[in-house]
Amino acid sequence: MGAVSAIFAAGFFQNGSVHAALLAGAVAALVTGAVGTFTVLRGQSFAGHATGEVAATGGSAAMLGGLNPLWGYLGIAVIVAGAIEALGVQRPRARDLATGLVLGAGLGIAGLLLYLDTTGTSTSGAAVTVLFGSLFAVTRSALPGMVALGGVSLALVVLTYRLQLLTALSPDLAAARGVPVRLVSLAYLLSLAVAVSLAAETVGAVLATALLIGPPATALRLTKRPGLAVLGSGLIGVAAAWAGTVLAYDSYYWPPAGRSWPPSFLIVAVVFGLYLGSGAVQRVRGRRRAPLAPGAVPAATA
Amino acid sequence: MSALVPSDGAATLDGEAPATLEVSGVTVSVSGREVLRDVSFRLAPGQLTALIGSNGAGKTTLFRVILGLQAPTAGTILVDGHPRARRNPMIGYVPQRVFLDPDMPLRARDVVSLGLDGHRLGLGLRRHADQRRRVEEMLGAVDALRFADSRVGNLSGGEQQRVLIAHALVSRPRLLILDEPLANLDLRAEREVVDLLGRITRDQGISVLISAHDMNPLLPVMHRLVYLARGRAATGTVEEVVRPEVLSDLYGQHVDVLRVHDRILVVAGADERLPAGLRHAGSAAGAAPHTERWEP
Repeated sequence: MGAVSAIFAAGFFQNGSVHAALLAGAVAALVTGAVGTFTVLRGQSFAGHATGEVAATGGSAAMLGGLNPLWGYLGIAVIVAGAIEALGVQRPRARDLATGLVLGAGLGIAGLLLYLDTTGTSTSGAAVTVLFGSLFAVTRSALPGMVALGGVSLALVVLTYRLQLLTALSPDLAAARGVPVRLVSLAYLLSLAVAVSLAAETVGAVLATALLIGPPATALRLTKRPGLAVLGSGLIGVAAAWAGTVLAYDSYYWPPAGRSWPPSFLIVAVVFGLYLGSGAVQRVRGRRRAPLAPGAVPAATA
Repeated sequence: MSALVPSDGAATLDGEAPATLEVSGVTVSVSGREVLRDVSFRLAPGQLTALIGSNGAGKTTLFRVILGLQAPTAGTILVDGHPRARRNPMIGYVPQRVFLDPDMPLRARDVVSLGLDGHRLGLGLRRHADQRRRVEEMLGAVDALRFADSRVGNLSGGEQQRVLIAHALVSRPRLLILDEPLANLDLRAEREVVDLLGRITRDQGISVLISAHDMNPLLPVMHRLVYLARGRAATGTVEEVVRPEVLSDLYGQHVDVLRVHDRILVVAGADERLPAGLRHAGSAAGAAPHTERWEP
């Protein structure tokens, strides 16, 4: 009992906000981690990051209208995802440019809307909420929507899993096999839009990237099986979200006493720590296996 | 098309077996420019055919047409005697330049499995025992069992090529087409892949069509070749096609065919014998004959 109370500060399990935070964080991290695996596989981290950040525009607009920012994030993320698919820019350099331009313009608008949010209404914390999230402020009423959206996103991932792998392996190969490559991309982008919206709602639009890229990058270092990578990435995300929540609750007793640390920071810190840890695991494994495969296969890790 | 350029009629096909692939009179125009003009050839089972041409000769376009990714402006394609469907399980394909990142969580075994069911919906968690057996069998056929559980991104170029060949073959196609499979391979890997392709053609009784810019590595295993230049094709055996008169007509410019030991070099020759109007036609189209790579 002593160990438990050392980790979980008094009142943790009775607190309604904590329950909501744990559920919201788990849903967001699970979905974002699973979808993010395909983002990393496709080599589209920047586009994924931009989708999250531009979603800040929607979040701030929704707050200005008195709505839950989740719906704003989602609306904009779906539009951005649709635009990426409609432009269909295949050349990486052109895609990076287009993404950067949209990102800049979107954040500019978000800047204006956040200014209006903070000056015009009573929601003085709007900028922090939209950009960096506030997990303990996630309302119970938003939870059913989050769970439903997460379910839709995961369903898309499960349904198109093999098609996504084949397309990530080689779009040419997939097209030759009769896979509707653009439809598969659209399914991925929709699940991405939902994932970053959920992540933005929990850790903020700016930090959504951390949940989208960190857990998959960690999982990809630890396993070479595609299914395990997707599942592991989701679970690593959930672990980070929960650990961050616990730490944030505990941090009330940390210096400066009487003020909690932001959960978003702690979640992202755990994500990054896990990534560094996976690097150490990878190195230890590599060293152990290297002598077994002399020369032929360079560092067959994990 | 000149009478000098041999092209496959029904009579020239060896044996009585029906063609696995019949390309007749295929022309492809892209924004007014003819990329392929009146290309015809047939592939018989158990034969390995090389599709030879320099960059820009139309090799990749021809593959896209065969795969159904691009519609020909004119002409027909028959696969096993039937008009080609968009997704044709009869065709196995190994694309050019598959970039396999070392971070990709895919084992060689997973890539081969995707050849069986990568076009299906769902997770595919319950693979039948015979599916798993088929994957093992293919890994063995391309000599990849040793690294079946390694990440594909960590394999050498030749090993990756063998895994992709197994991916293409696992669904038992009648025709295997490979786009520049020898590009970027060192000499030893090149030799391994060529030997493997020869063995597969013989053992599996399928047609194999391989594009390459250099015919020499393929000479020991190929039965016939389709020589593409300026969008036109000459077809037949090496002796029938790789002759100065045939290739000069194809390029629209005089070329010499040199045989050095067991290698064949196609080089641009002095073109005094051709009329002035033809002299620079080939180079203007960006498809002049090139000196074949010389490796001691």
